[in-house]
Amino acid sequence: MELNARIPDGPVPLKWEKAKFEYKLVNPANKRKFDVIVVGAGLAGASAAATLAELGYSVKCFVYHDSPRRAHSIAAQGGINAAKNYQNDGDSVFRLFYDTIKGGDYRSREANVHRLAELSVNIIDQCVAQGVPFAREYGGMLENRSFGGVQVSRTFYARGQTGQQLLLGAYQALERQIGLGRVEMFPRTEMLDLVVVDGEARGIVTRDLVSGRIESHASDAVLLATGGYSNVFYLSTNARNSNATAIWRAYKRGAAFANPCYTQIHPTCIPQSGEYQSKLTLMSESLRNDGRIWVPKKQGDNRRAYEIPEAERDYYLERKYPSYGNLAPRDIASRAAKEACDEGKGVGPGRRGVYLDFADATNRLGRPTIEERYGNLFEMYEDITAENPYEVPMRIYPAPHYTMGGLWVDYNLMSTIPGLYVLGEANFSDHGANRLGASALMQGLADGYFVIPSTIADYLAKKLHKKTPPSPEAFRDVENDVRVRTDRLLSARGNRSVDSFHRELGQITWDYCGMSRSAAGLKEALAKIQLLREDYWTNVRVLGGGEEPNQALERAGRVADFFELAELMCLDALERDESAGAHFRVEYQTADGEAKRDDEQFAFVSAWEYQGPEAPPKLHKEELEFETVHLTTRSYK
Amino acid sequence: MSWILNFYRSAIGKKVVMAGTGIVLFGWITLHMLGNMKLYLGAEAINHYGAWLRVLGSPAFPNSFVLWVTRFLLVIAVWLHIQAATQLTIMNRAARPIEYGRKQDVAATYAARTMRWSGVIIALFVIYHLLHITTGTLHRNFVEGDPYHNVVVAFQQWWVSLIYIVANILLGFHLYHGLWSMFQSLGLNNPTFNPWRRSFATAFAVLITLGNISFPIAVLIGAVHL
Amino acid sequence: MNLTLYVWRQKAGESRGEFVKYEARDISPDASFLEMLDIVNEQLTDSSIEPIAFESDCREGICGSCGMMINGVAHGPSRGTATCQLHMRKFKDGETIYIEPWRARAFPVIKDLVVDRSPLDRIIQAGGFISVNTGSAPEANLIPIPKSLQETAMDAAECIGCGACVAQCPNGAAQLFTSAKVSHLGMLPQGQPERNDRVLRMVTVMEEMFGSCTNYGECEAVCPKEISIDFIARMNRDFIKAAFAGHKDPAMKS
Ligand SMILES: Cc1cc2nc3c(=O)[nH]c(=O)nc-3n(C[C@H](O)[C@H](O)[C@H](O)COP(=O)(O)OP(=O)(O)OC[C@H]3O[C@@H](n4cnc5c(N)ncnc54)[C@H](O)[C@@H]3O)c2cc1C
Ligand code: HEM
Ligand code: HEM
Ligand code: SF4
Ligand code: F3S
Ligand code: FES
Repeated sequence: MELNARIPDGPVPLKWEKAKFEYKLVNPANKRKFDVIVVGAGLAGASAAATLAELGYSVKCFVYHDSPRRAHSIAAQGGINAAKNYQNDGDSVFRLFYDTIKGGDYRSREANVHRLAELSVNIIDQCVAQGVPFAREYGGMLENRSFGGVQVSRTFYARGQTGQQLLLGAYQALERQIGLGRVEMFPRTEMLDLVVVDGEARGIVTRDLVSGRIESHASDAVLLATGGYSNVFYLSTNARNSNATAIWRAYKRGAAFANPCYTQIHPTCIPQSGEYQSKLTLMSESLRNDGRIWVPKKQGDNRRAYEIPEAERDYYLERKYPSYGNLAPRDIASRAAKEACDEGKGVGPGRRGVYLDFADATNRLGRPTIEERYGNLFEMYEDITAENPYEVPMRIYPAPHYTMGGLWVDYNLMSTIPGLYVLGEANFSDHGANRLGASALMQGLADGYFVIPSTIADYLAKKLHKKTPPSPEAFRDVENDVRVRTDRLLSARGNRSVDSFHRELGQITWDYCGMSRSAAGLKEALAKIQLLREDYWTNVRVLGGGEEPNQALERAGRVADFFELAELMCLDALERDESAGAHFRVEYQTADGEAKRDDEQFAFVSAWEYQGPEAPPKLHKEELEFETVHLTTRSYK
Repeated sequence: MSWILNFYRSAIGKKVVMAGTGIVLFGWITLHMLGNMKLYLGAEAINHYGAWLRVLGSPAFPNSFVLWVTRFLLVIAVWLHIQAATQLTIMNRAARPIEYGRKQDVAATYAARTMRWSGVIIALFVIYHLLHITTGTLHRNFVEGDPYHNVVVAFQQWWVSLIYIVANILLGFHLYHGLWSMFQSLGLNNPTFNPWRRSFATAFAVLITLGNISFPIAVLIGAVHL
Repeated sequence: MNLTLYVWRQKAGESRGEFVKYEARDISPDASFLEMLDIVNEQLTDSSIEPIAFESDCREGICGSCGMMINGVAHGPSRGTATCQLHMRKFKDGETIYIEPWRARAFPVIKDLVVDRSPLDRIIQAGGFISVNTGSAPEANLIPIPKSLQETAMDAAECIGCGACVAQCPNGAAQLFTSAKVSHLGMLPQGQPERNDRVLRMVTVMEEMFGSCTNYGECEAVCPKEISIDFIARMNRDFIKAAFAGHKDPAMKS
């Protein structure tokens, strides 16, 4: 396997212009001759499917949800970045580019990130034209807020529901194309494998989640926009059904998987309250603007929060990072919370929580202001915990939230399998080792609305004169593989439920490959995961049959893939002997406990190639070159 | 004209028709109630009023012409109102072929939930009322042209009064929901005047009901007599 | 806490369904309603009974996947919340809970508590969009939009497409859902060119599948986003205007 990032030459700010000029085009009359499969209708998938259909391609779109509107993108709260500089506060495309590179701890590609920053402005235009009701100022102009890790206000938002509104915009554009007959929509249909013919992606094999039928769909190109894999941890802020199956199947058919160990842990989530817990809820990061984070100084302090006097509290973020204080970036704030809890100073059930206290802010600003700013968040918190944050401090704890890793793609978003494109959170492209707030939505939409429509033409144009229908045997073989796998899961008839395995896997992954990692721990995790995985295939209990709606079966297949993915994550984390962004190896830290990067040896993208079930995967390295920004140590002190 | 038919074919169109005819019926019932107030002014006044209704519009139109036009419009309104109500009810039943095992209403008022019942009962009442007080068919001592006599004699029978009272309370319920609902159906809403819609409906439902049931009560307690 | 559940079990769309009684033991009051069902499902799996099928995804009230009738009320007893946001502390120890799928002709049952809500997508397909191809958008701040207008549009746009309005409406009407989208788009300057056409088409498709509105207000009361029935009135107004305008505008006849 050869990694060719296909980055256009020329200065970074002009690369995209140049690339667009050099791409081949498909003439309008020929577009409909090409079948394009889009798997996923989150921000990335829906925007891509709608736009490709507008251009005239014949699009088929697949989601396991009952409607494209339900994709996990709907849950994004905070906002979307764009370098509009409406606030006149010194923002620019270059600054957004720079902030994103720095935020990613210098582990992303300059060319991709610059393109993302350029396209950010078009995204806002497009969404406003679709009717996305972004927040406005009294004069009727668009409003912005600021977000963690940057010093300008460039985040556009729609109440606490930005992801919802952006997704509905894309969904509506998609529904329009469905209505016009240009997109054939397959809801409740899960992609279970990729079909590669002569080294090119030529279709997918799916399971109809209602009838249980296994079916094949052929195409000239396949786009995966299937989201992230945080659910490998079982408990995360992701939707219950988010999974890695699509990208994992593609990996096993030859697509390289990049940086699997880069997983982001979000600092402000509601802590777990019991065994039964099914997911973790994110509380907007904006709370850190006014809330103060602390733990008792004493270990195992059982007093209630208000009984602990000021002198016996440790405002640890303010202490360690006086200049950023409670607004330190996500990875740093998360790690600090974990440390405090590891020292036995945590609060709440299981001592896995820290206080986020609004008492000072309430005294300073008055309750009405706090209510106005955070009222709905406080309500949500109270709904879940039955504690009133106006009276007792909130308890928060970090939770898995986003995965920077994903399938490796070149500048054109094509994976190492020709004709297989990967968009949105499913690819690894733009966020390096850590993602800044409000930039995932931006990336998903940039990929779908603007990047893929240009880059896919370049690929398809070359196919026009040698279009051959793929052989049916190829599909039959893959269908067969899928059936065998499904039958194995159904016939195990063991004595443990899928969820109980998933929970255990999640715990291992979280303990050893979560917020901080060590070589010894990772090795231990690898051994444990392997054992559990073997147990899984013999001991899992999936009731019901394959030819009917069967949610346990759906989950069983996804969890099976999570096992393998968790191993790859550990392997990758073990291989990367440095700390960078969200990847924190305890062996590589400065004297005061900060992440220590090793640019000499690790300024590369790890791309793993599958070598079959017996052999370990093979690591390929894409060296990262920085022409425009200097590599420096991030400091938030 | 086909666009009108098309419009009526839509459920919203039917609701507009219901609201439109509802307004007509409401207007008429209000005038009817006010006209009946003359009962309190004695036989002379109301009989005179009845006679006046018959000559209304003359000499421009023949006697009773305006009265018949009104009657004609009323019949059409009632017809359309009932037809739309029936068609919509069929449509709504079809929209949920399988009922819930358990179902609890959380917002709908009693009046709203019983519109179809109150409507049908009012319609039956009107038939009875016409046979009773207009044609005299069901009256025990009917005197042509003397509504005062007819009404008072009728109401002296407690069960007749009871029918009237019950029917008018149901009418009150029908109007309580209908007069508010009408604004929604016609799209007449606006934040400043929204609260008034509820007050308007309540006030008129109460006024009309109280006005109408005051007659049998006044007769029963002897305040109005022959 | 301990609860007695009567859950609607139905193997597939065509099969007959029935209420089946289950006991839920030792449920934490801090668990959410769906977590309670997860626990019951684990127990059922342990005793080799197929788990209850129900839909959920985000589990924070935004994706619109979840939804069931809980003691005869869509999304259960808490106001302004989806089923996934309902917590067991809203129930009493020992309580009996009836759980049923959404019922409407347009929402056939797929299995147990899972129904097919795709007719809501069809309403959107009929016109719930602004026809703007990618790339043709003007600069975002070109058209100022009054803050209050944007806020009201957002009130409508918050709809999560859960279908509770239909499920709860005694008429099985989808007016709240449809009116929310008609209003959101019809209010904004960007939505004006297609305003008449949009409402006519969306309402027509809606009425092919759902009941009509008699202004019960049940929908608003169970809507997890507390979308106001004022939007229904607004849609009616738009529809009436459009029907008249359509009569005059030859372009609209086709
Ligand atoms: C709670 C939360 C808050 C967030 N807030 C923000 C924020 O404020 N700003 C920001 O920028 N980012 C935020 N993010 C991150 C951001 O929401 C996601 O990264 C982004 O939405 C991912 O979009 P996507 O299109 O790549 O994938 P998704 O939206 O996850 O879509 C995946 C799609 O793929 C389909 N699919 C997946 N697998 C298959 C398969 N095998 N077969 C068929 N279909 C399949 C699904 O049905 C779905 O349609 C947040 C994330 C979370 C969890
Ligand atoms: C068989 C007889 C009747 C039936 C079945 C009937 C039924 C209904 C129904 C179903 C509504 C709709 C309520 C809604 O949509 O919210 C309604 C509205 C109304 N009805 Fe009747 N009704 C009948 C007779 C009457 C009579 C006799 C009157 C007048 C005295 C009347 C006055 C009204 C008014 C004013 C409305 C409000 C219009 C609207 O909501 O759009 N109805 N009726
Ligand atoms: C207690 C209350 C009522 C009283 C005392 C009353 C009395 C009368 C009287 C005296 C007449 C005239 C008879 C005549 O001169 O021939 C009349 C006619 C009529 N009333 Fe009533 N009425 C009452 C309530 C109602 C209600 C509630 C309705 C309908 C919902 C109604 C519908 C009619 C109609 C349709 C006529 C015939 C009008 C006509 O001939 O054009 N009345 N009523
Ligand atoms: S209007 Fe409310 S109840 Fe209806 S689908 Fe939308 S969110 Fe659900
Ligand atoms: S409950 Fe039904 S009747 Fe109308 S107001 Fe809501 S749609
Ligand atoms: S699961 Fe998403 S709204 Fe309830």
